[in-house]
Formats: sequence, structure tokens, C-alpha cells
Amino acid sequence: MSRMSTDISEARLAHPDVSSGAGAVAADIEDYVALLKPRVMSLVLFTAFVGLMVAPGHIHPWIGLVALVCIGLGAGAAGALNMWYDADIDGRMRRTAARPIPRGKIQPGEALGFGTVLAIGSVMMMGTLVNWTAAALLALTIAFYVFIYTMWLKRRSPQNIVIGGAAGAFPPMVGWAAVTGTVSLESVALFLMIFMWTPPHFWALALFRSEDYARAGVPMLPVVAGADETRRQILIYTALLVPVTLLPWALGFAGAVYLAMAAVLGALFLGCALDVFRRREGELAERAAKRMFAYSVLYLFLLFAGLLAESLLRLAPGTPGWL
Amino acid sequence: MEPDDEGRTLTPEERRRRRRRNLALAWFLVLLVVLFFVTTLVRLGGNVANRPL
Repeated sequence: MSRMSTDISEARLAHPDVSSGAGAVAADIEDYVALLKPRVMSLVLFTAFVGLMVAPGHIHPWIGLVALVCIGLGAGAAGALNMWYDADIDGRMRRTAARPIPRGKIQPGEALGFGTVLAIGSVMMMGTLVNWTAAALLALTIAFYVFIYTMWLKRRSPQNIVIGGAAGAFPPMVGWAAVTGTVSLESVALFLMIFMWTPPHFWALALFRSEDYARAGVPMLPVVAGADETRRQILIYTALLVPVTLLPWALGFAGAVYLAMAAVLGALFLGCALDVFRRREGELAERAAKRMFAYSVLYLFLLFAGLLAESLLRLAPGTPGWL
Repeated sequence: MEPDDEGRTLTPEERRRRRRRNLALAWFLVLLVVLFFVTTLVRLGGNVANRPL
């Protein structure tokens, strides 16, 4: 992606033309893969896998794999439909100008068809091969990301990623439902962890990318309410997030090791948020925001990795009961 | 070189990309067939062999 980024001219950033490409003739496989947002998909798959592993009950490994394939395809579909709808503003932002549609590699209509087929296919596959509760949740995830976040909120409200963040929070619930066929308090706790993590994660990014969002006309919080208010909101959401991450232990599906991990990692995340809140000028402020953004990805990964490790240890013979 | 459906003449590079896309789609369909076939076997399990005659 970095090599492609260097190809983006100022002219394209100023006047994106999403209909100039030759479309399918010019598209390579890599362009279609890029349409699926593979990096987002990897995090979605990982959290869904953890949901699948920590859920009570048994699932045949092959059916579990099928569920993950459906979730991956569904996440990719949502990404493709998001790129189709946002092609105009993607071309105006440095972070997204190298995507296949702004570059003219794929025509918007092709992305729409690709995304629609994958969305319907992934939901139907989940329903017929796994169960219909997981399929319904997967459909809700795709619909939430495409209709609620992309089409409705993203260009209208600074609360876009607060509410839209639900789309990224559903995957562990889908994984859980693939095993149990139900929605329960425990799976809602996994949902809440990602839901509360999303605002500080994205607002940290928006702090050092606010020019990009302003140019595209996206009303992200720093653009609408200013950097200082964004810093205050990051701190509030982070303070609310840390207790939420302790819910798996409180509800009894995580043990003492996870509790210790969540407490330490949460304290570090809170430290990052305080750093962002305190440093408001120049290079130090930008560095604090970048550090918070980078750590936020690691933070979520480690929390879910902790849950996964504990569930695997419980399966091992001779594990102490307090774990 | 022959023109495509829209009257454009494809360059060798474009023809190569089209072929790669077609192959990727073919492999995807093959994997889908395998996925459905194996899943059917897994879900049916031994129930077919054990059914009352």
C-alpha cells in the first residue's frame, strides 16, 4: 500500500475522478483483495475466533472454520460496499486515496456488485451451514456498517464512529452465536469491549488526520468540536472502557490471569489517554495521539489474546480451577 | 490482438490480468464446492449409516 500511496498526486486529492479508470480491464486480483479491507478483516476474524473459542459448548472444528470463512467474507463485503459508497471522499483523503476505486482500478458499479454478492452469499452460507442466529447477526453487522455508519452517520454526525462502532463490535457475538445459537450476557460483554474501545481508537487517529477529514467534509469530532474537546472525550471513553474490559472476569468466563492482564493493559491505555489530554501543542501532541492510536490496536489484540489463551489453558488437562 | 466486448483492444498486460481474475474466480468456486461437500458430510455424520431401514 505504501508504494501505491506515492503514486497519488495532489491533483487526484483535489479532484478525485472515480469514473476515469478502465474498470475491470485494469483491475488485478490485488485490487479486489484491497476492496475487502484485509487489515480490518484480520481484526474482525481474530475477535470472532475468540468469541467462538470462549463460548460454552462444542462446535465441530470444520463448522467453526466455516463460520470464520462466512464472517471473513461478510466483513469483506461490508468493506467493499463502504468503498463503493465512499469513493468520492476516499479520493480526497491522503489515507484512502490509494484505494482501488479512487485510483480508477475498479469501477464503483463493480465494487457494488462484488460487495452485494459477497454480503448475500456470506449470510446465506452462515445460515445454511452453521446456524441462523449467527447468520442474522452477520447480516445485522453488514447492514449496520453499510447503512447506519457509511450511508447515514459518517457524513452527518460527529457521533458517527460512536454509534457506527457497533458494526466492528458484533463479530465476537457472531462467533459466540455460531457455537451456542444464542445471544447471551457474556457475548454482549465482548461486544461492549469493542464498542467502547472504538471511539478513543478512532479519535486518536482523527487528531492527527483532522486535515484529511476536513478536506473530505467528514464531520469527525476534531473537525466539528475541536482538538481539545476530542481529547476530553478520549479520556472519558477510555475511563469508561477500562471497567468494561473487566466484565469477562466479573461474569465468570475469564479468570485471574485475564483480570491482571486487563488491569495492567487498561492502566497503560489510560496513561496514553492522559498523555493525549495533557499535551495539546505541536510535535509532542501529535506524537501522543499517534502513540495512543498505535497502542489501542495492540491493547484490543492483547485483551482478546488473553481471553483466548485462558480458554485454551482451560481445555488443557491439569489446569488449576482458579484459572 | 482482438477487441473485447466494448470494442477496446486489450494490451498483453490487461489480458494477463483478466486471465488471473478468471483463475481466481474458478479456484474460489472450487473451494466453495469443497466447503459445501465436506460440511454436508460433517453435519450428517454417521446418521446416514445408522438410519433405520
